[in-house]
Amino acid sequence: MNTEKKKGIITRVSGPLVEAKGLIAPKMYEVVRVGDAELMGEIIELKGDISSIQVYEETAGIGPGEPVYGTGGTMSVDLGPGLLESIYDGIQRPLKTIEEKSGSCYIARGIEVDGIDRDRTWDITAVAKVGDLVSGGDILGEVQETSLIMHKVMVPPGISGKVKEVKSGSFNVTETIAVIETFEGDLDIPMLQKWPIRVPRPKQTKIFPSEPLITGGRSIDTFFPVAKGGAVAIPGPFGSGKTVTQQSLAKYCDAQVIVYVGCGERGNEMTEVLNEFPELIDPNTGEALMKRTILIANTSNMPVAAREASVYSGITIAEYYRDMGYSVALMADSTSRWAEAMREISGRMEEMPGEEGYPAYLSSRTAEFYERAGVVKCLGTEDRTGALTVIGAVSPPGGDLSEPVSQATLRVTKCFWGLDSALAYKKHFPTINWLTSYSLYVPNLEAYWRKEIAEDFPEVRASALTLLQAEAKLLEIVKLVGMESLSNTEKLTLEVSRMIREDFLFQNAFDKDDSYTPPMKQYRILKSIMSILTIGKEVVSRDEFEYSDFAKLEILKEVPKLKDISPDDMGAYDTFDAKVSESITGLVAVTK
Amino acid sequence: MKTNKIVTKEYKTAESVSGPLLVVGGVEGVTYDELVEVSVPGEKKVRVGKVLDVKGDKAVVQMFRPTAGLQTEGTKIRFKGETAKIGVSTSMLGRVFTGGGDVLDGGPEIIAEKKVDISGAAINPYSREFPDDFIQTGISSIDIMNTLVRGQKLPIFSGAGLPHARLAAQIARQASVTTGEPFAIVFGTMGVTFEEAEYFRKEFESTGALERSVLFLNTAADPVVERIQTPRLALTTAEYLAFEKGMHVLVILTDMTNYCEALREVSGARKEVPGRRGYPGYMYTDLSTIYERAGRVKGKKGSITQIPILSMPDDDKTHPVPDLTGYITEGQFIVSRDLNTKGIFPPVDVQGSLSRLWSAGVGPDKTREDHAGLKDQLFAAYAIGKEARELSVVLGEASLSESDQDHLKFAEAFEKEFINQGERENRSVIESLDIGWRLLTMVPRESLKRVKKELVDKYLPKQ
Repeated sequence: MNTEKKKGIITRVSGPLVEAKGLIAPKMYEVVRVGDAELMGEIIELKGDISSIQVYEETAGIGPGEPVYGTGGTMSVDLGPGLLESIYDGIQRPLKTIEEKSGSCYIARGIEVDGIDRDRTWDITAVAKVGDLVSGGDILGEVQETSLIMHKVMVPPGISGKVKEVKSGSFNVTETIAVIETFEGDLDIPMLQKWPIRVPRPKQTKIFPSEPLITGGRSIDTFFPVAKGGAVAIPGPFGSGKTVTQQSLAKYCDAQVIVYVGCGERGNEMTEVLNEFPELIDPNTGEALMKRTILIANTSNMPVAAREASVYSGITIAEYYRDMGYSVALMADSTSRWAEAMREISGRMEEMPGEEGYPAYLSSRTAEFYERAGVVKCLGTEDRTGALTVIGAVSPPGGDLSEPVSQATLRVTKCFWGLDSALAYKKHFPTINWLTSYSLYVPNLEAYWRKEIAEDFPEVRASALTLLQAEAKLLEIVKLVGMESLSNTEKLTLEVSRMIREDFLFQNAFDKDDSYTPPMKQYRILKSIMSILTIGKEVVSRDEFEYSDFAKLEILKEVPKLKDISPDDMGAYDTFDAKVSESITGLVAVTK
Repeated sequence: MKTNKIVTKEYKTAESVSGPLLVVGGVEGVTYDELVEVSVPGEKKVRVGKVLDVKGDKAVVQMFRPTAGLQTEGTKIRFKGETAKIGVSTSMLGRVFTGGGDVLDGGPEIIAEKKVDISGAAINPYSREFPDDFIQTGISSIDIMNTLVRGQKLPIFSGAGLPHARLAAQIARQASVTTGEPFAIVFGTMGVTFEEAEYFRKEFESTGALERSVLFLNTAADPVVERIQTPRLALTTAEYLAFEKGMHVLVILTDMTNYCEALREVSGARKEVPGRRGYPGYMYTDLSTIYERAGRVKGKKGSITQIPILSMPDDDKTHPVPDLTGYITEGQFIVSRDLNTKGIFPPVDVQGSLSRLWSAGVGPDKTREDHAGLKDQLFAAYAIGKEARELSVVLGEASLSESDQDHLKFAEAFEKEFINQGERENRSVIESLDIGWRLLTMVPRESLKRVKKELVDKYLPKQ
């Protein structure tokens, strides 16, 4: 390494924080190599001659007097073909290569691995032509990265000029595939780009999100939808199903590329994802899910500074695919661990603490992160739009949402899926509480729903939500005075809202058929349940109507089976609706 | 590490002592986390500590034992150039040690086969093997409702005055896998009473489990800071037995709340910015370096299953210790005060408890085809029954619907016959499943919605 002249000396070591002096012209967020073991670190503060460095690896055995080497570059990720199907740690080192290099099941220190394999070759087909005038974001060539994703090799942002040469054929990522003539001279462009993780990748403009991210989850898609390009917060105490929700999203949502960041989570859970994803089939394309997925796994016991970096590494990779014009979804599980990593480093730097010991910049960092989501007009002369949806889990201590991380997150996300431990206790899954959750994307999506699903979809949805709220009030009354005091209409309200809860909202993420419901089928189930209310209301409200006659109806026993109807057999719902109408009106004939 | 620093550096420059911390000045070449030996004039035995912070020529050393009697004058401080290690060997099985790793049972010193760093390294998630071997604990409320698998970490959340020790002992005694291999047990106590530590030791001795157990005992009378080491010693030993000797190891650690308090004490002495309730902000990370040392590894035969026990102050699940633990472990068993008062043993709160890996341990080739469905159905029926019980308190039983009355009776029977079992009763999973089905005959058949109809036909006893 030609860094001898940039060498500094360690003056302090305290856990992941190292201080060094004597570095020549250190830069903020410059990557440095710390100690004789050359551990990877990043400068996070400069004060006089002293640089504070957060180290991405365990610092045991490092002490004052050892050298620190500057590298001149800031913390960046490798971008290019070969990202998909990879499994990285928080600083984009492939876990598989780490295993091979360290020769053990433990993560050894000081291992330097490239994020993208330099030896693997890719077949690129030129898209740009010699003589074309190009600028950042324009496509030079295409590589079939996996059977699902056509990787677009773009002109790196900030470069513009005339294409002097462009190649098709088989190359590795560092070989030149195009030469661009610029004012500063000819530039060789390889497939590989680097981008600093803390800087959002540039775009032309942001666009208002207007299309839903279809997840197959009934309570999400119908009641609390998220738009492609939106930002969602999923707060919930432990055991309320955050991880299961995140994983079902990663499995079934209709984004084209998924980046899943396991930030400070459980090792066994990451292993489950690693085992399961290559086996699972994407319901939207019929291909293995792994072919569209990038996993970043920095488990809770891996170094804390790398955990801090992991969400940034993830979102930078996600932005890169967004720039190609894809719809990308990023799941971060859990952003609380990321915030805690910030707190730990901040505490060691002896910064003035804000609320609950978190640094004062917690909310601005959180906001910056979620603002990287959005639908964008991509850079480049061609008209491309890409979307990046960010879904962040939050783990509030004790489930108390007044804590700083939840509050900072709720201020910048427009969709909130409140996971409820009381529902988990009753084993009602998903535990998304229908009374507290909200989505501010509903108005954006109304036009889409009316056009793609059904003209009355927004109305059916709204009346179902109102019904659930009415139920909550009625149940309080029942607790005090019992069922008997309720009117027939109120009893019917309770009956139908129970059906919505048990036969619509309840969804088994572990059941092969139940875990994914297409939007049209969701609408039909809900509509059929609601039709019991609309038809029944009129009948039960007649004078002297015996409610028990209604409760005995055979057809009501078929409601739980509505969700088992195949999505190809929409006619079955018509049959059901007809039977409902017939048997309920039949009751009137009897009473008469 | 590339450089091998075995040079021992000795100083007599102790500057200050505060709580468990010793500050040494004028040092050179000291590294983070290094082991330190302190000899006080007139004392034969050296005291041991480790470097917590090193800034310029000052090192902050955390002592593992109380600093009573420590003086700044004349004290010799040696920096060992290596991190804290423990000598491990299979001959540790059947032996009892202190929470600091010294022999406690009067037997000979252990001849180490290997010296291992106690802080452990993070297992590469890519190298892990997903835990999916069913462990039969012989306890219905665990085996059926919250299934434990080999390589899982599943704590017991308890409270003052609840029988968590007896529950843990019963699990340790009865746990077995379908292949029949026994578990080796590594047991660590942190700050528990002498009686509790002794209860476990006797329990292991009387059932013959002691010969396949290693015990590290730190009681309430032992040094507080030693507790920070105890779980790490236990887990380092467990890792050696599991991943180098191919054993299946069950690690029981009690009581993690005391461990966290020791952590808070050290943090307070260092004047760190406190997080919630005075616990250090890095407690999550610290706990994860203990709990995450459970699991299975590709290409290795052994496994580590962890059952840490912690007491929830005032039964509060949102207290930082159970809260952070719950975020790391794969579920939790909650000991219910209610059930305990009713005289039900083991008083496992089946609804509040959770095993995140249950689905990996059940099924036709592991337990039985009806397990998952039956479990869901029992949960649902019990929930309805408990709701009905609440209602009946306010409105009287007569006001309940017929189906609710049946469920109410079911809930009572479920607690008395399914959850309740003797401390010495070891039920096979098949027996437990059958009890579940028998109880389900008490509720209307059409309410069995969570389990497939074919399974109901096949397993529900005909009346």
